[in-house]
Amino acid sequence: MTINPDLQGRSYPAAEVYDVGREKIREFARAVKATHPAHFDVDAATALGHRDLVAPPTFAIIIAQRADAQLIEDPDAGIDFSRVVHADQRFTHHRPIFAGDRLVAELHVDGVRAMGGGAMITTRSEIFALGDGDAREQVTTTTSSILVRGEGQ
Amino acid sequence: MSPSITDLAAGQEIGSRTVEVTRTDLVKYAGASGDFNPIHWNEAFATGVELPGVIAHGMFTMGSAVQLVTDWAGDPAAVVDFQTRFTKPVLVTDTTGTAEPGATIEVSGTIGKLDAEAGTARVDLTVTAAGQKVLMKAQAVVKLS
Repeated sequence: MTINPDLQGRSYPAAEVYDVGREKIREFARAVKATHPAHFDVDAATALGHRDLVAPPTFAIIIAQRADAQLIEDPDAGIDFSRVVHADQRFTHHRPIFAGDRLVAELHVDGVRAMGGGAMITTRSEIFALGDGDAREQVTTTTSSILVRGEGQ
Repeated sequence: MSPSITDLAAGQEIGSRTVEVTRTDLVKYAGASGDFNPIHWNEAFATGVELPGVIAHGMFTMGSAVQLVTDWAGDPAAVVDFQTRFTKPVLVTDTTGTAEPGATIEVSGTIGKLDAEAGTARVDLTVTAAGQKVLMKAQAVVKLS
């Protein structure tokens, strides 16, 4: 299986909406062993000036990996998921993610680089919150590189 | 109480944290994140793809390490940027049914850089397991009051 070099520059438009729920924020926070009350207690979050529970700094990975799945599962991409290793990850928050947000992600393939028999693929998800009508607000940019190991790597 | 930029200096330590990890924790993280790759919960699958055993999600390690910064900052929303490279896997042994952790992750943080104009501090995290650095260039940028 070889990686399609034409992937670079490809984009996948925002697909399904992700509704951020309070219980999901609490569940994710517990799963990363976070204890800050702003993840769990609405009063604690509002006391800090927030409109609702605040998601942990890496919560956006849920939305980013759903967007990445469009690429990984694209038969035209040539990616064998069992040979994928996560190489790096970055989150840039333009504003925090709050419970009640309705989020969509646009996926961009920023780089494809052959490495031995495999490839390093860099993707970027631009995550937006939907507002009234056509309004949308930039929330988080995530970038991630995955190494697709070639044979013997 | 959030830290004030005027009280900080590059090189200053912000503290440390120990994260104990079990196989149950990895199942919980899989469910919470939606990442069900079997290398994080199935021994036979993991060894079948030439891993030494079940390994933690890199995103579990990244996500648990940043709690040190969140708690120091006093507000999770203060973390405006967070990045890392994943260098070594965290091997989690099966200790199900005992009180023992399957792995222990050690996290410590120092102030890497201050940006007075932007009002931010970069916290550099050192994250190790079994004596090896598992994250590299783990850097969180914190907006200070």
